[in-house]
Amino acid sequence: MRLRPSELAWRNLVHDKVRLLVTVTGVVFAVVLIVVELGLFLGFTTTTSGLIDRSRADLWITGARVPYIEMGVPYSERKLSTVLATPGVRQATKYIVRFSQWQRPDGRQESVQVVGFDPGQTLGGPWNVVEGRAADLKAADNVIVDELYKSKLGVSRVGEVFEIRGHRARVVGFTSGIRSFTTSPYVFTSFKTAQDYVTLAEDQTVFILVKAAAGEDIEALRARLLARVKDVDVLTNAEFSNKTRFYWMFTTGAGVAVLLAALLGLVVGVVVVAQTIYATTMDHLREYGTLKAMGATNGYLYRVIIQQAVISAVIGYSLAMVVSSFVVRESGKGGAAILLPLPMAVGMLALTIAMCTGAALVSINKVTRLDPATVFKG
Amino acid sequence: MPAIEARDLIKTYAKGEAAMRALDGVSIDIHAGELMLLAGPSGSGKTTLLSIIGCILRPSAGTLRVMGDDVSRMRERDLPAIRRERIGFVFQAFNLFPTLTAAQNVALALDLKGVAGRAARDRAAALLDQVGLGNKIDSYPADLSGGQKQRIAIARALAGNPPVILADEPTAALDSQSGRAVMDLLQRLAHERGRAVAIVTHDNRMLGYADRTVRMEDGRIVSDERTEGAAA
Repeated sequence: MRLRPSELAWRNLVHDKVRLLVTVTGVVFAVVLIVVELGLFLGFTTTTSGLIDRSRADLWITGARVPYIEMGVPYSERKLSTVLATPGVRQATKYIVRFSQWQRPDGRQESVQVVGFDPGQTLGGPWNVVEGRAADLKAADNVIVDELYKSKLGVSRVGEVFEIRGHRARVVGFTSGIRSFTTSPYVFTSFKTAQDYVTLAEDQTVFILVKAAAGEDIEALRARLLARVKDVDVLTNAEFSNKTRFYWMFTTGAGVAVLLAALLGLVVGVVVVAQTIYATTMDHLREYGTLKAMGATNGYLYRVIIQQAVISAVIGYSLAMVVSSFVVRESGKGGAAILLPLPMAVGMLALTIAMCTGAALVSINKVTRLDPATVFKG
Repeated sequence: MPAIEARDLIKTYAKGEAAMRALDGVSIDIHAGELMLLAGPSGSGKTTLLSIIGCILRPSAGTLRVMGDDVSRMRERDLPAIRRERIGFVFQAFNLFPTLTAAQNVALALDLKGVAGRAARDRAAALLDQVGLGNKIDSYPADLSGGQKQRIAIARALAGNPPVILADEPTAALDSQSGRAVMDLLQRLAHERGRAVAIVTHDNRMLGYADRTVRMEDGRIVSDERTEGAAA
């Protein structure tokens, strides 16, 4: 017969099932709140720079001082030949991201973001193509849109024909889960067709995407490009991604609002967990006092209390992950992306245990400075 | 040598003008084989004295020896061992763990002493047998009467084989028959097993069990009388 602190902790917890339910509910509520808020924040930041992060480019050549991807400034496409002639460049291609107008069958106009790339190359194309092929965009006037925006664009199936700024646009495929941060869906098409859709002069491009040769030092290549190509910025993929994220996060009010909501979620979650665990520990104060009177060391009491907190944390976290996964899956079908990557899930487990043990440690102070009246009086 | 030897104990709560002296120079000896009742009105300092003797509260001044060792000078971290080895507590509200069986409640005290496994189970069963509950070892407190719960609490207090038993109103939550059974048991522990037993009580019916009755008022001992232990 051996009653380890962990067994005592477990028995203490399950004895009062209503209290356990209240504790676990508090932890679940807090964890789901934090996951949703942080997941929204993560989804928000990831969406703003999705095109850049998935471009497969090493370097972006933009007009001077372009603040983010949606604000690209056109420049002469003749710079492409200079780029291609630069040692260390394996591949380079013209690229367009610009707003335009999509006309639905009912005559309504929708703002879209046209993404023009070279379908014969690997840089800048669509990903997660679930119907059709990116190579189908080699033919003029063909477009691929995301199935999330079918209803918004009035598209129901492949083969339907629409108009973008008076030019024909034939849907040849769909992607899945490519969200636009703005309310304007992405429309992938060939560079040549995109020039028509966004009314860009034939000799102009908005970006040039560069893939470095294998083993090439990216910083050295950037320096060579800056020396040869005038009046442009040359940014690494990560730099341009961060620049775009920073713009949306901190220059617009929306980003700060999401960030504050995430922080608020974290604070509220911590407070809810702390209050719940603290109340649970206080409920067992007499039992801890009795153990102390029986000669239990503070270390023994700490182990019982902390293990109770950890058990509550693990049960609450597990249930919260079930709820969160459902919320994340359902959010994928809507306009707002809530992300829950594995590192965040693992981090949440650590955070939940830390919150619960932290709250328990606060109440430990009460236990170690026990008033004898708590133990003696009936 | 007395089991408990207290000299000039003072206990002051709070500081400054709001300071309240719960014990005001209390000196007392409690001997092995003696059942001592500690009586007095509420707020007279009985529980404070019991808490200090039990090493769960430290005096503001004075000295306390338990089995000859000056515990008032010991470090805080050394006191749990004194409580485990030398003192057994019996509480008014029993303070049993509702999630543990009778045997497990007793074994928990043994576990704190490092006794585990079959030895703990056998010892717990023997202690429960000793208090007349050998047939209740697998019962949970919720399934037992008040008197039975208090006897489990006494078995638990005896788990460490302590020379001193301290009881706070052990019969307050019991009917008179159960109360007498518990007092009989405590008296036997003093007279037959040689324990020093100190009991805080408001219950005048228990006075007959005492070998000695100490009365307190306003943090002081106002009388200390030897009695016959007539109920034995």
